[in-house]
Amino acid sequence: MKTTKTLLAAIVLGTSLVLGGGAAVKAAEGHIENAPNIDFSFEGVFGKFDRAQLQRGFLVYKQVCSACHAMDQMSYRNLGEPGGLELTVDQVKAVAAEYEVTAGPNGEGDMFTRPATPADKFAKPFPNKQAAQNANGGAYPPDLSLITKKREGFHYPWYVSPFIKLVTGNGGPEYVHAVLTGYKDAPAELAKDAPEGKHFNPYFAAGPWISMAPPLTEDAVEYADGTKATVDQMATDVSAFLTWAGEPKMEERKSMGFKVVLYLLLLSVLLYLTKKRVWGREPH
Amino acid sequence: MSGHSTYNPTNPVMKWVDDRLPLPRLMYDSFVTYPVPRNLNYWYTFGGILMIMMVSQIITGIVLVMHYTPHVDFAFNSVEHIRRNVNYGNILQKWHAVGASFFFIAVYIHIARGMYYGSYKAPREILWMLGVAIFLVMMATGFMGYVLPWGQMSFWGAKVITNLFSAVPFFGEPIVTWLWGGFSVDNATLQRFFSLHYLLPFVLIGVVILHVWALHVTGQNNPTGVEVKSGQDTVAFTPYATLKDSFALCVFFVIFTAFVFYAPDYLGHSINYEEANPLSTPAHIVPEWYYLPFYAILRAIPDKLLGVIAMFGSIAIWFILPWLDTSKVRSATYRPIYKQMFWIIMVVFFALGVVGANPPEGWWITAGQILTFYYFLHFLVLLPLVGLLETPKPLPSSISDAVLAKNGGKQASAQPAE
Repeated sequence: MKTTKTLLAAIVLGTSLVLGGGAAVKAAEGHIENAPNIDFSFEGVFGKFDRAQLQRGFLVYKQVCSACHAMDQMSYRNLGEPGGLELTVDQVKAVAAEYEVTAGPNGEGDMFTRPATPADKFAKPFPNKQAAQNANGGAYPPDLSLITKKREGFHYPWYVSPFIKLVTGNGGPEYVHAVLTGYKDAPAELAKDAPEGKHFNPYFAAGPWISMAPPLTEDAVEYADGTKATVDQMATDVSAFLTWAGEPKMEERKSMGFKVVLYLLLLSVLLYLTKKRVWGREPH
Repeated sequence: MSGHSTYNPTNPVMKWVDDRLPLPRLMYDSFVTYPVPRNLNYWYTFGGILMIMMVSQIITGIVLVMHYTPHVDFAFNSVEHIRRNVNYGNILQKWHAVGASFFFIAVYIHIARGMYYGSYKAPREILWMLGVAIFLVMMATGFMGYVLPWGQMSFWGAKVITNLFSAVPFFGEPIVTWLWGGFSVDNATLQRFFSLHYLLPFVLIGVVILHVWALHVTGQNNPTGVEVKSGQDTVAFTPYATLKDSFALCVFFVIFTAFVFYAPDYLGHSINYEEANPLSTPAHIVPEWYYLPFYAILRAIPDKLLGVIAMFGSIAIWFILPWLDTSKVRSATYRPIYKQMFWIIMVVFFALGVVGANPPEGWWITAGQILTFYYFLHFLVLLPLVGLLETPKPLPSSISDAVLAKNGGKQASAQPAE
């Protein structure tokens, strides 16, 4: 019996090594590299967003990304909600008032523009998809509301992926950071086929060629808290901001989850002891 | 099995009701005095867990519908609205989505337990067949539910699965058009899926009631597979089974809620956070994890029609499992060869799931074909043959004998002390 088990283990291990080698080679051919891991404050059971970081990230979105990328799911009021940037009411009003929105119709049946209020959605850079594509050489800058949830930064061979991702998640925040910081000169064998007007980025999901020019340059924004605006810093901050935008109720979810799981664990112990006591009378 | 009712209400209101409609009596006889074999292990707690998961899915689903909009232009945004603006909507939505996965985890364990202990054998054939029907209704409900958020995988999953019916000879195209309610997966498709996703759970309740009814007629099977012979073999449902089930349920919920709150997207697809786009096909279209083994069987066969037949056939053969298994002995505990076969088919089924999750290229195709071949070989050839050829181990004369033998002298010496 013991020999059979050892043999079986050897077969399983051997097979997985052979197959695993193949899968790793394949991943390399796909030109999508694994995003470097970042220790964000919001990871883990007790993870919380760093308010200052979210505010910095919003500044990056506002001054850089929002020129092309919409965030359809977001309203200005979200910026003041608990578990996020937690701007004050006046700050939210001030941010909203920087934008004009089309409203109406008024009593005469005409549409008019007015300054945005906290209840309004984020202003869009383009009125529709066609306009966005037209202004960007045919490429559509995707909506960023859920970008860290719909893109994955981590890619592993099939036989380890489910185990690693259970701990690390899909790497959506890391994906955004990696794309923003990952522009490189294309390797020689690819450079000769470079599509016109595109840039080499080994982290890009539909890559390796991306239409977006490197969006961040040193000191592209000026942080109010004095943090040095390096490309890496801005990319990290905006990744955190976009993660919050995709999951604005994360802090509520995690703190509630802790209570729920703890309660159920304690109840399990009590039920086990009760069950043991009651069943103790009966052979089973 | 239920025997003579011993319900004797002391509460005058209960007595008044019971004299006019014996519902209190039915409940009392079914969930209090109902005798269950004393040797049931924790694999037998999944029936109760499934019942709670069904109720959980229905309650969360009903509340979600209060905020959801079944229209191609609004569905995706309405789910985001639930996640962002509805009070506790973020948790409610994940509870329902992750709940579907855990409903399937529980049902797979429940089915595997039935296969291991031969719970499908006479006189429980109808009980078993109703269970297979429940599984099919669950699959249909789960599939349609996954379409409702109208993400990329929702849309393309719906497209791939409904397109399977185009393999039907002569009537393929009209059937698909009829299923879609148009010439493509569009608003009519979404709305009918929504309608059916709300209807099917109530069909499910109906079949579950029949399943439980059949269970209460034949009584539960047990790990020895030996029928209950006397009151010595059983304990009362309450407090014994209720407490054991509650404990198991609570542990199950610890794991379930850990996923809901800390890994809510783990069992789903990231790409489904992108709104459905009929013009952009995702690189890999894969169904939810609980369909993967059947998806692998579908793709293992090069011919589309035969693939569809094999996929549906792989579940349909469960209906005739009571007659495919020729052994008179129920429990795998006393069937040395079948016991090995059981674990092999478990590994094969799991491996089919892995194949289903990976793109159909290279050696994955070969692996899928070998596994599919073995899957049918197990049910159609090995199972009938082994039942005839195998020499089972001697069965205990009764459940209480088996329990005594298991506990050795320990229980006997402990007894007088009480």
